[in-house]
Amino acid sequence: MKTLLLHRRDVVAALVQDRGNMLVVSGLGSPTYDLMAAGDHDLNYYLWGAMGGAAMIGLGLARTNPDRSVLVVTGDGEMLMGMGSFATIAVQAPKNLTIAILDNGYYGETGMQLSHSGRGVKLETVADSVGFDWVSRITSMDAIEDLRRRIHAKDALNCVAIAIDSGEIDRVLPSRDGVYIKNRMKQALGQSL
Amino acid sequence: MPKSENTTTQPGDWNADIYHVLKSCDVRHMAYVPDAGHSGTIKMFEADNDVLSVVLTTEEEGIPYLAGASLGGERGVLLMQSSGVGNCINMLSLQVNARFPLLMLITMRGDYAEFNQWQNPMGQATEQALKLMGVMTWRADKAEDVAELVRGAAKMAFDGDHACAVLLGQRLIGEKEWNK
Repeated sequence: MKTLLLHRRDVVAALVQDRGNMLVVSGLGSPTYDLMAAGDHDLNYYLWGAMGGAAMIGLGLARTNPDRSVLVVTGDGEMLMGMGSFATIAVQAPKNLTIAILDNGYYGETGMQLSHSGRGVKLETVADSVGFDWVSRITSMDAIEDLRRRIHAKDALNCVAIAIDSGEIDRVLPSRDGVYIKNRMKQALGQSL
Repeated sequence: MPKSENTTTQPGDWNADIYHVLKSCDVRHMAYVPDAGHSGTIKMFEADNDVLSVVLTTEEEGIPYLAGASLGGERGVLLMQSSGVGNCINMLSLQVNARFPLLMLITMRGDYAEFNQWQNPMGQATEQALKLMGVMTWRADKAEDVAELVRGAAKMAFDGDHACAVLLGQRLIGEKEWNK
């Protein structure tokens, strides 16, 4: 029996469509390439390292920019390395933060080893158990549209695991210059450097 | 403005000194892993509605949290114990690559008159580990030095977009803390 899996580039492109003033953080590896492939943007913060830290950067952004939606797009492996941050984020409970885990069940950057989620660990239920307002496992593009509405509603702390195809796609590489990416976002937010 | 009951600092109350120095630097986020030495400072921050107190499950979370807060335009501090420095090592590459300001105030274990030798390996490696990852360090062993060292480190962190750590020695914290 084969489940129909979503294509990661379609998913990320749909999530950032009509993004308005939303801030987006991408976890290292394929999520960073997916976000870039959807179109470079001043309000994107791409990670190339700091594995396990994407969700916490999202929390810092959400707490300092309560009027904006903040979206963290990351992989199952990256999120597994920062599982404690689920608890930290749930305690803070910002209503403008969504963690979207592109879950293919594999460590794609390192040779396609099965990840814990590929062996049955359900990250969205971890988020549920620590107190996220709304969690879901997403398996259709209709549900992605619904998620996009929820992201912009800014009325709940959300976490979704999105079942994506594990096929390899061409890499689309954003700048690896962390200072440039940082300063670009800070300027776009009207801060002096 | 700080609450009125917090505005007078007793001589030697270095916890209060830290709070007041950080308030004067416009620190708006206090991320921490609970620690006996920092407990007075943590209590003052948690009573302050102008500062977001963020309890972490591991010190490592504090690095990206404060990076995100800085991206969002606000300053923060990470209060932690020396044992947690080991938890932060790879995550410090975020600060080094992107030059986010980072201010860490670290109470020492395994440093002086330590009763639990399991604290000694990380305590003895704390300062070197930070330096290996590009963090500038200072050490306070006397209460009267704390305010100035924290002020200096905060200035270099926030004005220079650098990672700065002040180590608060066990001679400052006092042996008795651990026998309570």
